[in-house]
Amino acid sequence: MISMRFPPWAIGAMILGLAGFAVMVAANVRQNRGVKRSLFAYPYSLWMVVFTIIPLLLIAYYAFTDRSGQFTLENFRTFWDSNHEMNKQLAELGFDPAALGGARGTVNVDTLVYSLWMAFLCTVICLFLGYPAALFMADRQFRLGATLVILFIIPMWMNFLLRTIAWMSLLEDNGLINSILTALGLPRMQLMYNSQAVLLGMVYNYLPFMVFPVYNALSKQDYRLSEAAMDLGASPILTFWRVTMPLSLPGVISGITMVFMPSVTTFFIPRVLGGGNTEMFGDLIERTFLSADNWNVGSALSLIMMVLILMSLTLLRKVDPEGEGGSTI
Amino acid sequence: MAERPQLIKLEDVSKQYDGAEVLSDINLYIRKNEFVTLLGPSGCGKTTTLRIIGGFEHPTTGRVLFDGQDITGLPPYKRRVNTVFQKYALFPHLNVFENIAFGLKVAKRPKDEIKARVEKLLTLVNLKEYGRRSVESLSGGQQQRIAIARALVNEPEVLLLDEPLGALDLKLRQEMQLELKRMQQRLGITFIYVTHDQEEALTMSDIIVVMREGYIQQIGTPKDVYDEPKSAFVANFVGESNIIRGTMLKDFLVSFCGAEFQCVDKGFGRNVPVDVLIRPEDLQVVEEGQGMLKGTVRSVLFKGVHYEMIIDTGEFSFKVHATTMQPEGAGVGLSVIPFNIHIMRPMPVELVEEEEAGE
Ligand SMILES: Nc1ncnc2c1ncn2[C@@H]1O[C@H](COP(=O)(O)OP(=O)(O)O)[C@@H](O)[C@H]1O
Ligand SMILES: [Mg+2]
Repeated sequence: MISMRFPPWAIGAMILGLAGFAVMVAANVRQNRGVKRSLFAYPYSLWMVVFTIIPLLLIAYYAFTDRSGQFTLENFRTFWDSNHEMNKQLAELGFDPAALGGARGTVNVDTLVYSLWMAFLCTVICLFLGYPAALFMADRQFRLGATLVILFIIPMWMNFLLRTIAWMSLLEDNGLINSILTALGLPRMQLMYNSQAVLLGMVYNYLPFMVFPVYNALSKQDYRLSEAAMDLGASPILTFWRVTMPLSLPGVISGITMVFMPSVTTFFIPRVLGGGNTEMFGDLIERTFLSADNWNVGSALSLIMMVLILMSLTLLRKVDPEGEGGSTI
Repeated sequence: MAERPQLIKLEDVSKQYDGAEVLSDINLYIRKNEFVTLLGPSGCGKTTTLRIIGGFEHPTTGRVLFDGQDITGLPPYKRRVNTVFQKYALFPHLNVFENIAFGLKVAKRPKDEIKARVEKLLTLVNLKEYGRRSVESLSGGQQQRIAIARALVNEPEVLLLDEPLGALDLKLRQEMQLELKRMQQRLGITFIYVTHDQEEALTMSDIIVVMREGYIQQIGTPKDVYDEPKSAFVANFVGESNIIRGTMLKDFLVSFCGAEFQCVDKGFGRNVPVDVLIRPEDLQVVEEGQGMLKGTVRSVLFKGVHYEMIIDTGEFSFKVHATTMQPEGAGVGLSVIPFNIHIMRPMPVELVEEEEAGE
């Protein structure tokens, strides 16, 4: 498959990175004598280095080299040059810009725009479904709140692939819903293989990531604050808009982040529920790596995705300067 | 003093949480411009009573009247009552000005009126320059004042205060007691004040309502409650006390500690068991052989203004406050004038046991 021979400069960079980390640790120990506390952080830091920093460096390495290990910017050209050989390969794999609502540029750009749009829709829907759910769950008077929390947690114990496939058996042409429709003498409906089905799958999978941060923010809120608002003459609705909601914003921003990020990089769901008609950027990266066996272009696409996510996070952090939302990642 | 009209009235109010009764048989009226204090140990139902008046809890039975109208079912935002919450409950996302302005903003008052009234209140609570500060940057005492200003902005007829000074240190607390009392008199607002601090209650109140385990024990002026407590519980809770089991022989004559004493109480009947209350400052230490009782000094503590001595007569250990001391082990006599012997109906046995277990 891919050659694991790295040029000397890449190996040098990695050694430098590890050495830098070691120095950092040493300096840390010396600086704050609280050795005990920082000791606990080391396994975690080591974990970060092995499973985050090194993979990131590897991705960067692949993105800026060609198959023979030479430095190149060629991999990024797939992004704007539709004549790039990779784009032709992707088209053969069934990535059709037209299917995504008109060709704007290369298959990559169209897929990315489509993914961002889907992620945006998913986040908005999750917010509008999740916020009221969290509100009920956090309500002191509402005795079913705790039950609701559990109902949201239980499906999360199931594997994400299983959950998605389960939707298939509901939505299929011969699935549960259509069987019921037929039994009632109604015409069957095409429920799968379109972007609505994909959106449904995404919302279903990511909703808890909205509900829990918001629930957390709401249930931590001192109930006396909303009592104080009512005491001062605010109706329950005004109390919500002026006190409860503003104070839950850090949770909302956290929720938006936690839903948006995995949404943009969604893969597999489009293939199962969308039938491969409308695949997303995550699928595209996966196929570039595995089907087209091109780690270099795949890494370049991943880097672009990462930069985009970082940019949107920075933007969110501007909205929430206290940074409670951004700090969850 | 002319009788002022009753502003708030609780009629046969009780409150249960999951079947446990935390308030029973609460009957209480509060007159206009009165400073009324709910006093009692922690957990006796003071906050619950206040929350029922504020509209945050609904009584299980009974009614709440405001100016003669039944407001039992009225939500808090429709009551002409404002609250200073136990831990202030200031809005952390609003600055000082916005916190105080909250009540006016939700009432959609014009901007310049809001500005004028908030500034007036900031002046009233001595925090004129603090409008733009975040509430979290203020000290406990300052937050306290903001909470009061915020509650006063709507010009309520009644202000409810739940242990508002509980979190402050002693000196600041005493300053704020005076300040609150002055403010109440100047603004002419009815204050319903909750505290478990008897000294605070005695200093500030027109009327004290002593509560215990969900029941009202006594309602009266600070002087009534201190001088004529209706039960040993009230006597113990308000001020320090010696409570001795005794027998009322007949009107104006009581026996305890093996001696007979003249007293000023009557109407208990003949030879009935009673509780006898003598305040520590009402006992005089005299030379051995004089006075009605004979005892030995067991301990002496210097308390600043006075000495506190424990004097054991064999039957009872009296707590005595005096400005001069006797050394430990000294034999002394004790005397008390009839006016300072207070006779109370005895507590039911089960309460006595609790009391003793709690000591
Ligand atoms: N929401 C509630 N649910 C159950 N029990 C409560 C609730 N609120 C108060 N209580 C109980 O009612 C009793 C009186 O409480 P409270 O009015 O807060 O007393 P205080 O203010 O005098 O300390 C306590 O035993 C308390 O545990
Ligand atoms: Mg309380």
